Amino acid sequence: MAISDIFNLALRILTVAVAVSAPYLFAGIGEMFSQKSGVLNLGVEGIMMLGAFVAFYFSWAYDSILLGIILALLVGALMGLLMAFVSITLKAKQGISGIGLYMFGWGVAGTLFRLFVGGVEDITGLPDLNMGFLSEIPVLGELLFSHNILVYLAFLLVPLSWYVLYKTPWGLKVRAVGSTPRAADTMGTNVKKIRYQCVILGSMLAALGGAYLSVAQANMFANDLVAGRGFIAIALVYFGRWKPFGILKGAMLFSVANGFQRWFQISDINFPYEVTVIFPYLLIIIVLALSHGKFAEPTALTVPYDREFKG
Amino acid sequence: MKNNLKEILFNIIVLLIAFITALLLGSIILLIAGVNPLVAYQAMIIRPFSSIYGLSEALVRSIPLMMVGIGISIAFRSKMINIGGEGQIQLGAVAAGATALAIPGIPKVIAVPLVILAGFTVGGIWGGIAGWMKAKLSVNEVLSTVMLNYIAFQIYLYLIRGPLIDPSELAWGTGVPQTARMPDSTIFARLIQGQRIHSGIFLAIIIAILVYYLLWRTTFGFRLRAVGEEPKAANYAGVKVDKYLVLAMVLSGGMAGIAGSMEVIGVHHRVLEGLSANYGFSGIVVALFGRLHPIGVIPASFFFGLLLIGAEMMQRAVNIPSALVISIQGLVILAVVSSNLVLENPKYRKKFLSLFIKNY
Repeated sequence: MAISDIFNLALRILTVAVAVSAPYLFAGIGEMFSQKSGVLNLGVEGIMMLGAFVAFYFSWAYDSILLGIILALLVGALMGLLMAFVSITLKAKQGISGIGLYMFGWGVAGTLFRLFVGGVEDITGLPDLNMGFLSEIPVLGELLFSHNILVYLAFLLVPLSWYVLYKTPWGLKVRAVGSTPRAADTMGTNVKKIRYQCVILGSMLAALGGAYLSVAQANMFANDLVAGRGFIAIALVYFGRWKPFGILKGAMLFSVANGFQRWFQISDINFPYEVTVIFPYLLIIIVLALSHGKFAEPTALTVPYDREFKG
Repeated sequence: MKNNLKEILFNIIVLLIAFITALLLGSIILLIAGVNPLVAYQAMIIRPFSSIYGLSEALVRSIPLMMVGIGISIAFRSKMINIGGEGQIQLGAVAAGATALAIPGIPKVIAVPLVILAGFTVGGIWGGIAGWMKAKLSVNEVLSTVMLNYIAFQIYLYLIRGPLIDPSELAWGTGVPQTARMPDSTIFARLIQGQRIHSGIFLAIIIAILVYYLLWRTTFGFRLRAVGEEPKAANYAGVKVDKYLVLAMVLSGGMAGIAGSMEVIGVHHRVLEGLSANYGFSGIVVALFGRLHPIGVIPASFFFGLLLIGAEMMQRAVNIPSALVISIQGLVILAVVSSNLVLENPKYRKKFLSLFIKNY
């Protein structure tokens, strides 16, 4: 392989990686808010499936991607409300309630898809932006200035969420209710309210991540469209140590590896197809194993707050 | 004893309320789908009882549900959430199938235990990986078991498409991804002529009772539960917490592996695509309904066996996709974990009871 070939390949892989990392960023940063406030939401996968379906359906049936995305956000908020009600108000065990939410979202998306769509239908996805001369710049134009708008939103979310979490009073409250809820309560912070807000915000971002998959990446919906990305996003939160830039790092590393895998699948190298499919999941297991240690975890994660409980 | 009975009755009532709540919420989806929920639920609840076929199929489904439910209960007792049931079933099934195909002609009394053991071992190893990662590297077991599910599924597909595919599928050029038929010496007897219910159901019930003894009547079981209840105290008392976490997951995965083996030698007589049929997830609901107790899992698995076949019949009656039953199960999980508030917290329990009984 000549040097220019390698360069071109690297550019292709990086360009793809920037685009495919967006859903991980949406879902991962959403989950980060939820966990920072003390609620482990394992239902992200189900929320993403529902978000993906809703966005797809309205883009397909009513020709409006914008309407699809808005309704996906709304459905995400409702799923978040359900999770928050069960986990915060009813104090259910979060590990299990998240799995319930996952199965609920998965089942509803599958049912509605089968009923209202039936089979594989293509849609015209979100168009890539054309930024005039910026998109024309060699190399950089392709890498940075030729994506759809949601990609930029996803990357903008990283510094924005960092600012919100670490530089605003609300962000301080979020961190407080996730680590020392009793102290936060004593200082007059409404623990439940902040947790509700975070879970709902997180679910809306997860739904947006799902919507991205159907209307901006695959331009279709299928029952296995999300394929574990919701769980991977949660894993990236662990890897990123509950920090926006950590999650960005994880999402990029993972997406670059994913890009390699795709290249491997289409290249001439003879390899069992199943092995290449396994690769990302194996990678996540390794990532989880390497990011062990609980020191960065919000201390009140998964612990429901009970004002009257003297513990 | 009287108190005990009252306790069980209270549990059943709360679980039923949770279940009905889930069905009510599920009817919203049915309404969106343009189906009359009353007609749909009537088909789901009544039809399985109206034929031998319905009852037999309910029991057929209850066998893997029972095994997975027992496994998930074991894991839960040590505070591990095993949602890797799907992968453990599949790998257990493929191990059982490969073993059975390798030992034709061996007497049944040896062949069947060998096949079951193969499924248990491989399912157990698959569960044990997640247990080990939790114990040694504190990796969240939900995430690791999910990832292991995806990996197991690909291994499973690879094996039944490639090395283990039925030679006659290749000869005929049809290429259906399934293994050859299991040798007769490895197959469970059918209990009713023309129905699929097989003798594996007795094995499942025996295992449930054995696991109950293991967990509540042996030091091993006491320690395993201690690790789940109070890991720090267990550690001070000299219990090797890590070891018990791994063992709980090995046993848990092993049970799912047995479920896979029994599907192969009891129901399908081959290893084929779709064999795990989401039992790995339905088993979670069964375990929660059985109050994470091996004996409680027995009636819970019959109940959900009926629900699963009922849902299939409903699907045919009102043309509703089968995915709906997954969403209803998800709602059942949400309702049951929410009801724990009344079941386990004395304060809320009192509040709840005083709704129904004056001066409680």
